[in-house]
Amino acid sequence: MAESTALKKKSAGYRIRIEPRLDVPPAWYPLLVSVGALVLALFLGGILIMFAGGDPLKSYQHIARASFGNIGVLSDTIVKATPILLAALACSVAFRMKLWNIGAEGQFIMGAWGASAIVLAPVLDKDSPRWLFLTVMALAGMGAGALWGFIPGFLKAKLNVNEIISTLMLNYIAVAWINFWIFGVWSEGGFQMSPKFPLNAWLPRLADYAKSVPAFRGLTTHAGLLIGVFAALILWLIVYRSRWGYEIRLIGDNANAARYAGINITGNIIYVMMLSGALAGLGGMSEVSGMVHRLQTAPIAAGYGFTGIIVAWLAKLNPLAIILVSVLFGALILAGREIQPSGVPKMIQGIILVCLIASDFLLRYRVRIARAEED
Amino acid sequence: MTQTIPISSEPPLAVEMRGIVKKFPGVLANDHVDFELRSGEIHALLGENGAGKSTLMNVLAGLYRQEAGVIKVKGKPVEFHSPRDAIKAGIGMIHQHFMLVPSQTVTENVLLGLDNPRFFMRLPQYDAKVTEVGERFGLKVDPRAKIWQLSVGEQQRVELLKMLYRGADVLIMDEPTAVLAPQEIEGLFEILRSMAAQGKSIIFISHKLQEVTAIADRVSVLRRGVATALGVPAKGVTRQELARLMVGRDVVFSLDKKPGNPGDVVLEVKDVYADNDKGLPALRGFSLNVRAGEIVGVAGVAGNGQSELAQVITCLRKCRKGQILLNGKDLSAQNALFGIQHGMAYIPEDRNRVGSAPNLSVTDNVIMKKYRQPPISRAGLLDMNAATKLANELKEAYEIIVPHVSTPVRLLSGGNLQRVILAREISGLPSFMVAVQPTRGLDVGAIEGVHRLLLAQREAGAAVLLISEELEELLSLSDRVYVIYEGKSMGEVKIGSAEPDESLIETIGLMMTGSPLEKIHKEGVGAHG
Repeated sequence: MAESTALKKKSAGYRIRIEPRLDVPPAWYPLLVSVGALVLALFLGGILIMFAGGDPLKSYQHIARASFGNIGVLSDTIVKATPILLAALACSVAFRMKLWNIGAEGQFIMGAWGASAIVLAPVLDKDSPRWLFLTVMALAGMGAGALWGFIPGFLKAKLNVNEIISTLMLNYIAVAWINFWIFGVWSEGGFQMSPKFPLNAWLPRLADYAKSVPAFRGLTTHAGLLIGVFAALILWLIVYRSRWGYEIRLIGDNANAARYAGINITGNIIYVMMLSGALAGLGGMSEVSGMVHRLQTAPIAAGYGFTGIIVAWLAKLNPLAIILVSVLFGALILAGREIQPSGVPKMIQGIILVCLIASDFLLRYRVRIARAEED
Repeated sequence: MTQTIPISSEPPLAVEMRGIVKKFPGVLANDHVDFELRSGEIHALLGENGAGKSTLMNVLAGLYRQEAGVIKVKGKPVEFHSPRDAIKAGIGMIHQHFMLVPSQTVTENVLLGLDNPRFFMRLPQYDAKVTEVGERFGLKVDPRAKIWQLSVGEQQRVELLKMLYRGADVLIMDEPTAVLAPQEIEGLFEILRSMAAQGKSIIFISHKLQEVTAIADRVSVLRRGVATALGVPAKGVTRQELARLMVGRDVVFSLDKKPGNPGDVVLEVKDVYADNDKGLPALRGFSLNVRAGEIVGVAGVAGNGQSELAQVITCLRKCRKGQILLNGKDLSAQNALFGIQHGMAYIPEDRNRVGSAPNLSVTDNVIMKKYRQPPISRAGLLDMNAATKLANELKEAYEIIVPHVSTPVRLLSGGNLQRVILAREISGLPSFMVAVQPTRGLDVGAIEGVHRLLLAQREAGAAVLLISEELEELLSLSDRVYVIYEGKSMGEVKIGSAEPDESLIETIGLMMTGSPLEKIHKEGVGAHG
């Protein structure tokens, strides 16, 4: 019901009232709420670490040092953040239209496969120039991802098939699909991985320039970061400054109003799912060509597509905010391993997520402490 | 506590409501409304959409709390904090949208939320109980059928069963016939009569006059939150009297309507058939035409096909048969975009669910129909400066009260939101405009503003189709009025600039209840009065 709810009396004479916000809060307010939620989450995580027998302060210092402490670990953090960034962008554009694409994982994997096929099929000669290799691989990755987005998009638009189920199922098919290729067709000497790509199919890394800039020595940050940041900027432009983006936002907020404004909804479902798939596929290409350098199941199907869902949501679907949140999650994944391979770091991730999502409440409602007599 | 002893021999009151007040932000939904329900009667509660009948009944069913007023059940004052309290007092409401679990059986749905059975479901035993309750009231439903297998009429019977099983003596039915096919309606009426005969009291919310006179013992009428009739015997009242109580007749002539100067035919609707969302026929061979520079009204009691007519014209609904021409171009096979690009404006009935995107800004909402062309967009890119400029201009010109055009429209009041929509539609300089219930839920000042804007459109040479349930609005704005009844046109009445006389209002009232104009002319108005 729309009426304001009053909680039970706190103390004699006072009560807490929760009422819907009827105005727009100032611009700094959402930021304050998010930072507050993060601080609260770290505090709760600290209690958890204490129970596990650790020293919270020291542990956090260690995490910070292990992810941002020096240029080497910072580079590793960014390498982790890159695939998350592209997967999160993929999720964000679909979510914007209230298309629940849970299949960024599968689209990412298909993108990696598509890019690999250029090298392994082979489509291009292994002595082709690097610019040609990378361009064709990026296009192939995006194409394969877009195809994996088209299937559920088409089914949703034409037959009203629930996209949550279809995208989720397609994830498993994608894993089975690359397994088929690396177990059989492209297996290197019976191992479950493809042969290593030739160097001209690698995205350039900072370490490649160590000769001219000695500080870059050993840094694995690769051009996938640039691709991701560039994609985020383009996506921001599409969503907030283009006709198509306006249609996406309108459909997402009120599909009836969009129909009334003469917008083709079924077409947009298909296009947006393809864009989403293409972005995730580009992530797969960047990972396989910048980091793994061969097609292999474990490092490719590592759950980036699922982390992307969380990141997109935490960034409130804003492409630019996704860049920052991806780096934060890259750090958590990387540095968490320093404390414990799984366990505690995953739990802290979970606490951060819950706190941030719950803090949304404060943006939509106002909490007031009022004298009971006022009612 | 003193008990009042009924003096007359009339049966005691099952429910008594006195001075009920219920406010919503910006609307006084119930303004000191009284209501009485006798035991064993079928009592119709009549009123237009938004008249406050559902609000009043939601108060009685414990869904809303009244701000003022008393409810008495069987003479005792009661306070309901939730629907559970109301059901305990024997009052059950059957909503228009059924609250059933499709994948479960009839019995499971009937038992849902009850304390018994507590743990083990021993369904067969309860199947028998449910059948027994059903048979007592003539409700034939297979207790083991799953809800999704049942027709809408059968599902409604399950809802009735739920309430009867809980021991409800007072049954509130919110527009029960709206979802039914004609043959199902007769079945429902038989059930209602049999329940009343066994002492149940039934409140029948409706805005369909012919049903009310067919089923009800007594009638109460609400209009804009105020009771205009209280417990009138249904036998002693004519349909047109009821229609008048519903829509009112105090025509306001403060508007300065200049003599019309109609030009060419802009819109022509020829013998159109269309179905509603439930797949039942809503328009059955409806025709009308609108000329440039005139306002043509469509009058009728709600639910006679008005919404579908507007949707068919704006290409948001397919017609099954017939032809719609806009400036000679056939619209039947087009989509909404075609209409927008050919100068059609549309003020939809539902401001929130169709006319606007609640979480988007005022700016985003005013460019909804202009974002495709310069200056708002060029080469696929939006020019946000141009959009903001347009929004600020419209905010100024249409007096939209909002601190900043980046405010999401969900924070606007109804009147302000309507101004946003009008600003968007009128600023496109339409040659044809459809306005459906443009003043519903607005206060007096906002209503006048909307009326002036519509008349300005007429003077600017646009053709305006005004679909409204407010007879006074239609009579003060329109040049001609068509009356729609069950998807068919009952005829066309010319409205002069002089004050419409009694007989004209009476004629329209009769047409709204299903008498074609030719028949009225043949028999004379007096014969019906």
